[in-house]
Amino acid sequence: MKIGVLGMQGDIEEHLAMLGKMGIGTFRVKSVKTLDMADGLIIPGGESTTMLRLLKLTGLFEELKKKIQKGFPVYGTCAGMILLSKKIVSHSDQDSLNVLDISVARNGYGRQVESFEAELSIASIGEKPFKAIFIRAPLIVRVGKGVETLATYEGVPVMVRSGNILASSFHPELSNDSRIHELFLRMVKNAPRG
Amino acid sequence: MVEKGTWVIKEGFADMFKNGVIMDVTTPEQAKIAEEAGAVAVMALERVPADIRKAGGVARMANVGLIRRIMEEVSIPVMAKVRIGHIAEAKILESLGVDFIDESEVLTPADDKFHINKYEFKVPFVCGARDLGEALRRIAEGAAMIRTKGEAGTGNIVEAVKHMRAVMDAIRKATSMVDEELVTFAKELNAPVELLRIVKERKRLPVVNFAAGGVATPADAALMMLLGADGVFVGSGIFKSSDPAKMANAIVQSVLHYDDPDELVKISEDIGQPMEGQEIETLTEKLQERGW
Repeated sequence: MKIGVLGMQGDIEEHLAMLGKMGIGTFRVKSVKTLDMADGLIIPGGESTTMLRLLKLTGLFEELKKKIQKGFPVYGTCAGMILLSKKIVSHSDQDSLNVLDISVARNGYGRQVESFEAELSIASIGEKPFKAIFIRAPLIVRVGKGVETLATYEGVPVMVRSGNILASSFHPELSNDSRIHELFLRMVKNAPRG
Repeated sequence: MVEKGTWVIKEGFADMFKNGVIMDVTTPEQAKIAEEAGAVAVMALERVPADIRKAGGVARMANVGLIRRIMEEVSIPVMAKVRIGHIAEAKILESLGVDFIDESEVLTPADDKFHINKYEFKVPFVCGARDLGEALRRIAEGAAMIRTKGEAGTGNIVEAVKHMRAVMDAIRKATSMVDEELVTFAKELNAPVELLRIVKERKRLPVVNFAAGGVATPADAALMMLLGADGVFVGSGIFKSSDPAKMANAIVQSVLHYDDPDELVKISEDIGQPMEGQEIETLTEKLQERGW
């Protein structure tokens, strides 16, 4: 199994390092050719506007969208979740891959001085609480039918799953806890090969 | 329990800038151009370093109203500069809600002996450095991100290269040392040995390390990435070029494709004239010598 990390911009190395520690083969995806070598893809944190622009310039935008629609497993953290979402209510003119039926508000928890760490209980990864790191995080304002909420913070969904797509408002790659990455690897393992 | 302003939150935020370009802007319109070109953040300033150099006199924190208008204009993070050691300017920017503070040698220092104790703030700081010792001293004061000083406002990349190579060379040395050698090396560097141990273990700076001070072309940005920078600050290089939107766009792409010469050829075509450069020997004042 080989996992790609979308390499347009952001904390690519942190995801690569987390997967590396788990003994998983990884590489940075910068082109359509490298995308096709991956069994699953993580879209890291960073600036969604920058990633979107570079996805379009490299031609990855359409290819990635088609692949995800066909069942390719993908996990988006923070900016990655924004890119996967159906609607960005705070910036309605900003395009997205529109593959995950949620609506988000960028920086919905506030600017950097409001960024925070909080312990979440996430049943799908076990009983032990997960230390979640929210950085200028996107706020999920609507979750569509068929989208399962895996974790909430103050009653608001912060981690969701819909079929082959996993997304979180926070950054598990910045913690030492690999349980969410393990959950994604199980999704990749169980995905039908296209 | 909910915690804000922790080290993980500060350093983790800097991680989000990685493989990106942070651009100096002096108006909301310029900030919009930077955002549309794909900048990961903007640095709000009253004047770009090239103009600060020309104007002379005392350079201070930018006008609060200007910073606020820039924050309202763009959705990406907004940084702003404070004078070295100017605790009050930093408190003002933190209260304003600026996302990152640059305690910068480009402004006139307010304290001739001490930098700000950055642990006292919730907002993260970036500081300039010319070598590993200076970088670790700033991290010891709480800086969550480091950039090379280079020589701001010159459009000349040579000093940024010198500083990045100095940092990388010392990291390679530390990495190959046995533990008893580290104490002496820390003394030579004038830096805490605890931080040097982390450098040895991780084979890199403990925080994000950007290039800054003299980047004027896509090739300059690619060069700094090849030398090991995590990303690039462009000061005067965008808005002192003949076509800022094109130059901004090209530099963003060059940071992605820094190791692909064929892509760099395409990126470097038809982007107008870069800013005029200055020979370092002709400067009356080197900004990089500010800070201790």
